[in-house]
Amino acid sequence: MRAYARELPLLLLAGLVVGAQVSLSALKVDFYLTQLTMAAWYSLVALGLCLLMGYAGQVSMGQAGFFAIGGYTAAVISTTGMSSWLSIPAGVFVTAAVSFLVGIPVLRLKGHYLAMATLAFGFIVSRIIVGMAIFGQADGISDVPPYPLIAGLAITGKRPQRVENFYLAWGVVIVGLMLALNLVRSRTGRALRAIRGNEEAAAAAGIDVGRYKLAVFVLSAVYAGFAGACLTHFNAGIGPGEAGIMKSVRSVALVAAGGMANLWGTLTVSVVLTFLSLRGAFGLFDDAVFGGILVAIMLFAPDGVFSLLRHGIPSPRGFPRRAKGGR
Amino acid sequence: MGGAQFFQYFLSGVATGSIYAIVGIGFNIIYNATGMINFAQGEFLMLGGMMAISLQTFLPLPLAITAAVAATGLLGVAMQIVFLSWLRKPDVLRMIIITIGLSILIREAALHVWDEKVHALAFWTGDETSSLAVLGARLSPQLLWVLVISGLMVAGLTLFFRFTLTGKAMRACASNGTAARLCGIKAPRLVTLSFFIAAAMGALAGCVVSPITQTQYDMGMSLAVKGFTCAVLGGLGNVGAAVAAGILVGVLESASIAVLPLAYKDVVALTIMLAILLVRPQGLFAGIGRKSGPLGQAHGGA
Repeated sequence: MRAYARELPLLLLAGLVVGAQVSLSALKVDFYLTQLTMAAWYSLVALGLCLLMGYAGQVSMGQAGFFAIGGYTAAVISTTGMSSWLSIPAGVFVTAAVSFLVGIPVLRLKGHYLAMATLAFGFIVSRIIVGMAIFGQADGISDVPPYPLIAGLAITGKRPQRVENFYLAWGVVIVGLMLALNLVRSRTGRALRAIRGNEEAAAAAGIDVGRYKLAVFVLSAVYAGFAGACLTHFNAGIGPGEAGIMKSVRSVALVAAGGMANLWGTLTVSVVLTFLSLRGAFGLFDDAVFGGILVAIMLFAPDGVFSLLRHGIPSPRGFPRRAKGGR
Repeated sequence: MGGAQFFQYFLSGVATGSIYAIVGIGFNIIYNATGMINFAQGEFLMLGGMMAISLQTFLPLPLAITAAVAATGLLGVAMQIVFLSWLRKPDVLRMIIITIGLSILIREAALHVWDEKVHALAFWTGDETSSLAVLGARLSPQLLWVLVISGLMVAGLTLFFRFTLTGKAMRACASNGTAARLCGIKAPRLVTLSFFIAAAMGALAGCVVSPITQTQYDMGMSLAVKGFTCAVLGGLGNVGAAVAAGILVGVLESASIAVLPLAYKDVVALTIMLAILLVRPQGLFAGIGRKSGPLGQAHGGA
């Protein structure tokens, strides 16, 4: 029974995905599937950041930079006719390499410094994109071809493959979630939580703090880069807006609202808010909504929106938080 | 490049650099009072500039600027009282996220109050065509205003911290909060005051550069990052060093235009920051979490 208890939520999610597709198609509103597919790809970014920020306690304000590196690498490779299948692996590889090189110096920093350094990294990526002709400057790169998979299936936003791409994206999300869930339950996950709690104590307990931090940083970047590469093929293009600071801040908002060290919460909040945002539900206040969420969540529900369901709205002074360490 | 042209680049670099320094000093003041970094620091410059631009249509320029500076200062106070003052011992991550969220809210509010266009305050003296000949270089008088105003702000701040009772109390809180409280210093009020000073200084800086660099609703975040570069370069909490760092960053940035495409101008400052963090992270760790008295070092004449 115990084994099933772990997989049950994932099976429920898979059921939900199928249910969503069937009912949306039956209701002839399957255009929602397109935004749900995009929301799925974007959610991978949030899941990656959840591992880094939620579990390991390392803030990154530059996830959009990694997303853009993956996306632009894929776009450049597939539009210059280098290769049709290399684009996504190359996007992931370049993202991993950059995050590795950036992570080594940057992860030695803590708190504000880490936040600012990753913010600066995001800025640099977006400025380089706007500055270089190969990245299409302010116009971005368009006419990115579909990414061929097996048997005519491709990552594309074209209508005939709408349902297939919906399942593809959600399949990837479920796999990504499964990997992340297994990771946080493992020895590595416990090491990451120990690092978040107290780096010195973690090091004293024999955890190679630097290595674990770098590993989870690269992993979170790979989630973002992979999502960027796939979404670029899906959208048939990418623009410099994807590298913007606001996009990074959004990911932080999603993880914070999801409850930080809470993969399921992050996924739920991410899909709902990204979907609403893509549908234009927030209108002109799109960015303001995410800013407002950040402030409100951190002020009133630092353990995420779902903690409110369990504990109600906490009193303003001295949040009754989950017992955190001794005393 | 001729000598005169070089001089011109140099002076404009010094001018933009001194604005970065003001942002950096804003970070330092709040950091010293609270141990946190206010990511919304850059928004104060934008708000000051924008408000003065709106007010100048029906107020004489000096009054418009004064009103904008006062209003932004009060906004800083409101921000501290409403959002930050009642949090007890918040962790760093939480404070970072709150101030980033606030900076976005301010930015988005500015977008809706004003618009996404680029605005500019009137030149303080003359107009965009007037220029002064200094050592063969043609300089906008506004450039001199920037230098004078930032010089005055830094001097005023130094005097304030060194010679007034309030300034000394703020330094005391920065170096040892508990000891300061035991001496009867009301720390919470000083924290609020630090937000007022940082916001008002930022607004004045925003007004003085607006005629040259213009003001746009989304300028805050990149200014904040550059200001933070200066604060880090000089050592967080060290006001005097932030000025030197700001000028260095400004001059390097302005020199980069001669070598690199304009689009990379922003990259220069940020690369400097990342490089510093790479080369001297150990020096930068000092004081995180602990409020050791960096202001004391800055003003104790070390």
